[in-house]
Amino acid sequence: MPEPTIRTTGLTKTYFDRTVVNNLNLEVQAGEVFGLLGPNGAGKTTTILMLLGLTEPSAGRVEVLGMDPARHPLQVKARVGYLPDAVGFYEGLSGRQNLRYTARLNRIESDETEARIESVLADVGLVEVADRLAGVYSRGMRQRLGIADALLKKPGILILDEPTASIDPEGVAEILTLIRRLADDQGVTILLSSHLLHQVQAICDRVAIFVAGNVVAQGRTHELAAAGKGPEHLEVGVDADATSVRRVLGEVGSVVSVNPSRSQPRVWSVAVERGRTSEVVAKLVTAGLPVWMVKRTSDELDEVYRQYFHETEAKVS
Amino acid sequence: MSGDMPSKGNTVPSTRSRGRAGWQVVASKEFADHLLSARFTALIAILGLAAAGAVFAASGAIRSVAPVATGISALFLKLYTVAEDPIPFALLTFIGFLGPLLGIMFGFDAVNGERSQGTLPRLLAQPIHRDEVINGKFVGGLSVISIMLFALTVLVAGIGMFRLGLVPQPTEIARLLVWVVVSIVYVGFWLALATLISVIVRRAATSAIVTVAIWLGLALFGSFVFRAIASFISGTPNTGAEELAAAKLELFLTQLSPITLYEQASTALLDPEVRSVGVLTFEQIDRAIVSNLTLSQSMLIVWPHVVALVAFTVICFAAAYISFMRQEVRA
Repeated sequence: MPEPTIRTTGLTKTYFDRTVVNNLNLEVQAGEVFGLLGPNGAGKTTTILMLLGLTEPSAGRVEVLGMDPARHPLQVKARVGYLPDAVGFYEGLSGRQNLRYTARLNRIESDETEARIESVLADVGLVEVADRLAGVYSRGMRQRLGIADALLKKPGILILDEPTASIDPEGVAEILTLIRRLADDQGVTILLSSHLLHQVQAICDRVAIFVAGNVVAQGRTHELAAAGKGPEHLEVGVDADATSVRRVLGEVGSVVSVNPSRSQPRVWSVAVERGRTSEVVAKLVTAGLPVWMVKRTSDELDEVYRQYFHETEAKVS
Repeated sequence: MSGDMPSKGNTVPSTRSRGRAGWQVVASKEFADHLLSARFTALIAILGLAAAGAVFAASGAIRSVAPVATGISALFLKLYTVAEDPIPFALLTFIGFLGPLLGIMFGFDAVNGERSQGTLPRLLAQPIHRDEVINGKFVGGLSVISIMLFALTVLVAGIGMFRLGLVPQPTEIARLLVWVVVSIVYVGFWLALATLISVIVRRAATSAIVTVAIWLGLALFGSFVFRAIASFISGTPNTGAEELAAAKLELFLTQLSPITLYEQASTALLDPEVRSVGVLTFEQIDRAIVSNLTLSQSMLIVWPHVVALVAFTVICFAAAYISFMRQEVRA
């Protein structure tokens, strides 16, 4: 399906004299996981609200499944599942009762409701706690209930605003696996926003990096990574003394710098030219030094992100 | 409408025409929430006890005069209008004063409660129109209020029948029903006002305080303030005509308060002997024969009051509606 399911053309939102989203052009293809990445306050949530027709654009066009959300809000909202930033539930109702309310608002037939609720609860792994009050749910459980809530209408598109924010690492991994599985198994198109690039980039097919209302980079994850400049940073664990490590690595032309790690003993922070990591490892091994760990500390995309982020910050200050 | 969009099996809601409208779903959820809430239990306990106490005292008083009061008509309705020690207010005054509390309790956090719980964006992302949220909330709240007021009236009637051994006449029942409807409109005004404040003010606690302040301000100082304004405008009347004009101005200004409107309307509805709520000159009451008005005549007297109460309610609700529609989802 080459036809994009979400397309924005010159999308702009201005509050008074402040431009929150500036001339945004996005295309999300059917079935892909698209990441809208950027620091807080970049305009991600505003963009999402415009996609759902909950906020009117100041200029530009939005098309969701071929419709303008501002003019056909109900048709769009019937097909798009939405997990808001910091999602909330009626705390006096159980998780299941909260879902029932959503089901009624979506006019799901009553004989079908319970089966659907059961199936989305199973999708997110909340079956056991479904009858507890939503008020006692942990942050991660609430987030998963929010995804279940968005899935209830069997959406073609799922829009997730900061799905991993303020959740413990284990919960993050669970949610990311769940999101990827939804895209792979159920063919749901997913647009997610996050300010935590390294958490979500692994599951995104494509990303747009969004800073201060402008998209600064957009494309496939690996394409963007290739666009990165500057050295890669490695953590190398070697059971050897500092002088021999420095001497051996000094012979490798692609190594930019070698410094002992601040946090761990017998670990060195090594900066190496992009794509030349293997030379470092090969040299250490042939020199007979016992290498027990090689870890990339900064991801390429992370680098890209940071680079753009700093550029914009520098411009602002 | 949906012909040109890609129909991907179950992503297109096959049940669009079936099921209840969005506002009905919202209203029934609000209704159920209110009925199960602690504030409902507290309110019904307070109102029930106070009403029972008031009617008990009133029925005692009526009983003591009943043997000599053969000529008194609509004796049953006196249950609602007579104040007697040890409880210094009639049920009617009591609803006039505490009715606002009902409306405020069910409306003060209608919208900002959803906001602070984080449920508003999720709710608005469902396939319903935005106004269905606020309409449904108002209908849900008003339904609970109607049930409470109706139950209270029936409770009082029941105690009255038991204590007095008196059965209400059909005309008395009709008057009571009209009065309940007017009471619902009155409490509905406070519900609309509370809803409006809940849209404007972001924190539920603040909106509760603001609404209660408006209520107490109007209830305790409203008539003083309006009277002061009236006398300021009129100055010192010298002639009879001026005095009449001053009195009419004062009446008009005090009627800007829904509390006054409601009390005047309910007095006229529940007491068939009340022939006017306005200014009467001596010429008008001189040699007037005391007689009872029919219900339709009483309604004619209070019709402007009812219209004004409905107008106040509509204005408040419209303001709440418009500001809710214009508000950003995220704020």
